[in-house]
Amino acid sequence: MGRAWGQLAVIAGALVRGIEAAGDRALYHVRMSGMMTLLLLRSVARAVTPPWRPRPVIRQIHFIGARSWLLIVVSGAFTGMVVALQFHDTLVRFGTVSLLGSAVGLSLVRELGPVLAALMVIGRAGSATCSEIGIMRIDEQIDALECMAIDPHRFLLAPRLVGGVISQPLLTAMFIVVGVVGGYFVGVGLFGISAGAYFQGMYDSVVWNDVKMGLIKSIVFGLLIVWICSAKGFLLHLNRDGAFGAEGVSRATTEAVVLSFIAVLFADYVISSVMA
Amino acid sequence: MTQTDPAPDTAQEVLIDVRGVVARYGHRLVLDGVDLEVHSGEIMVIMGVSGSGKSTLLRLMLGLKQPTRGSIRVMGHEVTRAGTRELYRLREQLGVAFQGGAMIGSLTIGENVSLPLTEHTDLDVRTIRIIARMKLEMMGLSDVEDMMPAQLSGGMLKRAGLARAIVGDPKILFFDEPSAGLDPVTAVELDERILLARRAMNLTIVVVTHELESAIKIADRIAVIQDGRVLETGTVEEIRASGDEHIQDMLHRRPRKETIDPDAYLDRLTK
Repeated sequence: MGRAWGQLAVIAGALVRGIEAAGDRALYHVRMSGMMTLLLLRSVARAVTPPWRPRPVIRQIHFIGARSWLLIVVSGAFTGMVVALQFHDTLVRFGTVSLLGSAVGLSLVRELGPVLAALMVIGRAGSATCSEIGIMRIDEQIDALECMAIDPHRFLLAPRLVGGVISQPLLTAMFIVVGVVGGYFVGVGLFGISAGAYFQGMYDSVVWNDVKMGLIKSIVFGLLIVWICSAKGFLLHLNRDGAFGAEGVSRATTEAVVLSFIAVLFADYVISSVMA
Repeated sequence: MTQTDPAPDTAQEVLIDVRGVVARYGHRLVLDGVDLEVHSGEIMVIMGVSGSGKSTLLRLMLGLKQPTRGSIRVMGHEVTRAGTRELYRLREQLGVAFQGGAMIGSLTIGENVSLPLTEHTDLDVRTIRIIARMKLEMMGLSDVEDMMPAQLSGGMLKRAGLARAIVGDPKILFFDEPSAGLDPVTAVELDERILLARRAMNLTIVVVTHELESAIKIADRIAVIQDGRVLETGTVEEIRASGDEHIQDMLHRRPRKETIDPDAYLDRLTK
């Protein structure tokens, strides 16, 4: 009997510890969400209030936007080609292959352009941003800014937010254009569809609401990517498991990329639902 | 080693007043009721072994961390209750040299050193550049302003950090482990720069270090911290004459005596 009570006590102890750990984890995530939200609000407030300095913003547009052009061109081209390839196979069965231009255009403008361009930027610029700011945190550079009475939200984060919001729609537009060209090479060049039919279909199907949807998505995605990746690096020192140094930066970067992916996909669904 | 440059007569004005400060990291108690005063014009060295809480005390004085309990007044401002604006106004009068220099990696050395002036003054670019060069020259750094931080050695980065800390002519200068990681010759050179900065600019300086020779060379007063408490505060001579066993162990570089309970030891190994 005594042994049974002992075993019960062990199980109860393990259960209580498990519940405590789960509660602790939940509280940590709530706290981090709050801190990330405050960080976003402070950075946006600094971005919209003077003094404004264009040079840091231009530097960020160059880093996030200009230096991603090759990745966007390559991924956009192949995306357009694959979309045309896949749609051609289906449209042929229904005898509506002339609608290939519409299909490629609508897919790219409404969904694939904004989402895939965002995923490319997350992988390249988002991860680099998180690593850079995380290393600044562990190297005491952010503390140094604070001690020089320089607001790190204004100095570091606001230019990145503005740069991201400006760059993302431009990159998305580039992705779509290159995707359309890629689709042209497959549809017209490979499968012999009429070029006029390809572009006319696109012209007839893609309306202003579709373009508006793509534009709104790209702006929101740009904001989400820069916010999440910057915040993960900036708040590295509050990491729950205390990992600092190289491991902390690595972990924060991985989390930033994964969280950004999920946030983009979630926002994509919400915007599509609202605007459809 | 002898003490040089005694503190000026204005040493009695209290610029930093720490009262009953308790600080924790999570559940770990780091500071347990610290009282400390720093007088105007003096070099106060806060000494202790690694993990004694001295860097935490420095961060509390700068408002980078809030204490669990207690009061910290810096130049009349209660740092523990100051809002962001008040804290920033106070920090414009302070200079901080971090352990690794903490140079912003994407800016050149010249841009780093100029940063406080660029952000807080209306001086033209040329004047700022001249002032920055002057401070770099004071630290024995010439022709480095166009270099990136990654191109400098550890000692040069610390001196550049010091140049940036004094570029705005602060009233109080803080150092976190200035000699850590430096060879003995470079460490001595840095100590000389600290004394030069005090002489040239009539600064009050707070240095956090565990380097005994450096502390004895530059300090007007030393505060010895152990296990989160101030063991003793006094001049170099007073600290040398201290009857505290831990202080004497530290001065004579004797390892700490540990008594081991065999049963507790076995428990730790086998749990």
